[in-house]
Amino acid sequence: MKRLAPGTLPVFAVLAILLVALAFAGPAYEHPQGYIALLKRAAPLMILALGQYFVIVTGGFDLSVGSLVTAEVVIAARLLDGNEDRTWPVLLLLIGFGALVGLVNGLISTVLEVPSFITTLGMLLILEGAVFLWTDGAPRGALTESFRQWGRMGFEDVPWIGQLPYSVLILLALGTAAALFMRTGMGRLVLAVGDNDTSVRLAGGRVRTIRTLAFVVSGISAAVAAILLGGFSGVSAQVGGGLEFEAITAVVLGGVALGGGRGSVVAAMAGALTLKALFSLLNLLGISGALESTVQGVIIVAAVAYAAADTGWRDRVLRSKARSTAQPGPPAPDVVTTS
Amino acid sequence: MTVVTLSKRRSGEDPGTPVVRLTGIRKSFQGNEVVHGVDLELQPGEVHALVGENGAGKSTLMKCLAGIHAPDQGTIEIDGVVRRFRSPREAQEAGVAIVHQEFTLLPHRTVAENLFLGREPGRFGRVDKAGMERRAGEVLADLGVTSIRPSAVVSGLSVAQQQIVEIAKALVLDARVLAMDEPTAALADAEVALLYDLVRRLTGRGLAVLYVSHRLPEVFDLSSRITVMKDGAHVATEPTGELTTDNVVRLMVGRPLNALFPDLAAAEELGKERIAVAGGGNARIHDIDLTIRAGEVVGLAGLQGSGRSALARALCGVAPFTRGSYQVEGRPARIRSPRRAVRAGIAFVTEDRKGEGLALRQTVQDNVLLVRRSVSGRRTRSTVADLLREMTVVAASPASEVRLLSGGNQQKVVLAKWLAVGPTVLVVDEPTRGIDIGAKATIYQLIRDLARSGVAVLLISSELPELIGMSDRLLVMHRGRIAGELPPQSSEEDVMRLATGHGQPGENGQSEEAES
Repeated sequence: MKRLAPGTLPVFAVLAILLVALAFAGPAYEHPQGYIALLKRAAPLMILALGQYFVIVTGGFDLSVGSLVTAEVVIAARLLDGNEDRTWPVLLLLIGFGALVGLVNGLISTVLEVPSFITTLGMLLILEGAVFLWTDGAPRGALTESFRQWGRMGFEDVPWIGQLPYSVLILLALGTAAALFMRTGMGRLVLAVGDNDTSVRLAGGRVRTIRTLAFVVSGISAAVAAILLGGFSGVSAQVGGGLEFEAITAVVLGGVALGGGRGSVVAAMAGALTLKALFSLLNLLGISGALESTVQGVIIVAAVAYAAADTGWRDRVLRSKARSTAQPGPPAPDVVTTS
Repeated sequence: MTVVTLSKRRSGEDPGTPVVRLTGIRKSFQGNEVVHGVDLELQPGEVHALVGENGAGKSTLMKCLAGIHAPDQGTIEIDGVVRRFRSPREAQEAGVAIVHQEFTLLPHRTVAENLFLGREPGRFGRVDKAGMERRAGEVLADLGVTSIRPSAVVSGLSVAQQQIVEIAKALVLDARVLAMDEPTAALADAEVALLYDLVRRLTGRGLAVLYVSHRLPEVFDLSSRITVMKDGAHVATEPTGELTTDNVVRLMVGRPLNALFPDLAAAEELGKERIAVAGGGNARIHDIDLTIRAGEVVGLAGLQGSGRSALARALCGVAPFTRGSYQVEGRPARIRSPRRAVRAGIAFVTEDRKGEGLALRQTVQDNVLLVRRSVSGRRTRSTVADLLREMTVVAASPASEVRLLSGGNQQKVVLAKWLAVGPTVLVVDEPTRGIDIGAKATIYQLIRDLARSGVAVLLISSELPELIGMSDRLLVMHRGRIAGELPPQSSEEDVMRLATGHGQPGENGQSEEAES
């Protein structure tokens, strides 16, 4: 990146401090393997943050991703039921289901104009209830080894780092694709939709399509996260619990403006890694895991408060700069001035 | 406590003392002086108009009087006593009442609750609602207002009634001077009369009114003296009777008004019909017959709510026509959405620059490319740098955020955004609202240059001198219909006659009302 997007510096600074602190806090981080393991643990959340970024930056929320992850894992276990030769069709089906849930979220919030907060809250409850009904509270079936490898395995015996997990490679591929996309004209248009959808609509842009696709991306990223999480930690009816709030916290921590129009996808993913690094550090320091929600709550409020204060401060600086460069007063109409 | 006591105060004073005397007021922001030692006196019972272009310093001066800004130098005297206000509240208590351009009423509260907001009568924290409404009724009656019930909820009132409540609220404290900033900005023209009545009634009892506006017809209707400011300095103060509109414009701008407008199109510059509407209509407009030819600037006049903007929005697919035929470039066009309009080559500069035109937190570059990115297939070869140069946009860099630009530069970015896709039709609604005179002149020239290059332009404006100065042909709307067409350089009176439903000029007495 040539230049950091406004408001993204703090997350990288905090992340750097946490990574250094981890090295001091525990022996696991004396070698690069410790950090790769952290990245592996963080990969599902970082991918969820990527999806959540697109929804938030176009002005919405996606609360359904947590229960979507659970639903995906439960469906996978039931359909696979230990049959290795079903792995690939089921993987495709899971991606398709994620896209479908995203599409439904997107269409309901754009065509029916139900606020996305409500649409995806409804989807959260619907998926949660459906999973419960389908499993009677105890998921059946089993994942296959070739399914679980994505979240667990990697290329072994890589010099210096040991295992290079598949999940980290998937994360890098998706993250790079998203970052490159955001630098294209289409990516800039996505930001403009979150900033002022009317201006995009009047410019002839397809606001509803863009918003809907953001939900589809979020749904697909939830499916990918579910595949990795299922592999990593196995089947349970709680696997996705609370992930929607972790993802939103991560995106906000990455300096992405709630309401849309501002923020970088790389910073949103860095926010997810920061959150995971922080939880790891607290764990090493012997602070109860029960505090995770509390910490998250503090972070989300503090990050938004910081963003508001930072924007105000930056405005004053930029405005006074603008004034001192555009002196004195309005230019005469015949003066041609460009940068 | 209420305005009832105004007349008592007045009787006890020497008629020679001005109500307000500002002497040598200076005010800087961040080392940039915007008011350079201005003097101003308000006599009891006068309406004193303060006029000037945007950025002339009139609002800053008014805010010094109101205690919102503390002047860096100079003195403020109220009734001959030097005052130094540390807050708006202190200014209010000294008798300075202010009505701001933006409404400050709470929409879901009653008139009475708004009038006494923060000063509710009552004891031990309980508000005496009946007493409050009774006293609100007295205040309104004292202003000669009988059409507004104190128990009415503000959001249910007309805009003019809300404006009157604003004024009443300012006068609840014992006011000596009422300062109003663009009080008619939100009013339909018929409602302005209500405001005039009120102002005259107030001055009749000795209140001084400071009327800040750039709407010259109002200023001439209402004021007894006019002070002109330009670039933060006092230019002149003269009795209204000794000035003409042209004088005042020349004082405000430093050059005569008509020098701002480029030449009109010559007959041979007009090309084929770019758009043609026959019998067009929807819920807000009816029986629209309209053609605009390549090279032509057609002006669209009308009062607020006459359907001017609704017609623009129909042409641009925002609120499409539901009846009639619509042809673009001689072929029937189904312009059912803004996207269809853009693809057909129609560009729409809306009246709400910030709300509809720009993505304010995105960069200049991203805004200039907004249309090109939204609709594939329509593009010109101009680069962003070319477009910004052509538009004379002054910005630190194409990477600066649009919201940090001045209004004039923002408007140029809006135009650049459309030029990037090479439109054949340009619909511009209030293109110069709220921008400084230099940028206005540039925008007039740009619009004319576009027309010269073969674009058909529909120009909507509330400023009649601008509309008349720019248009090759004038259409006037009244109640959702086109009430008539006027040749270039028609008089403001002709336009107003059609706009208010009084028929074609010359056809005396034949009213448009008859057909509706």
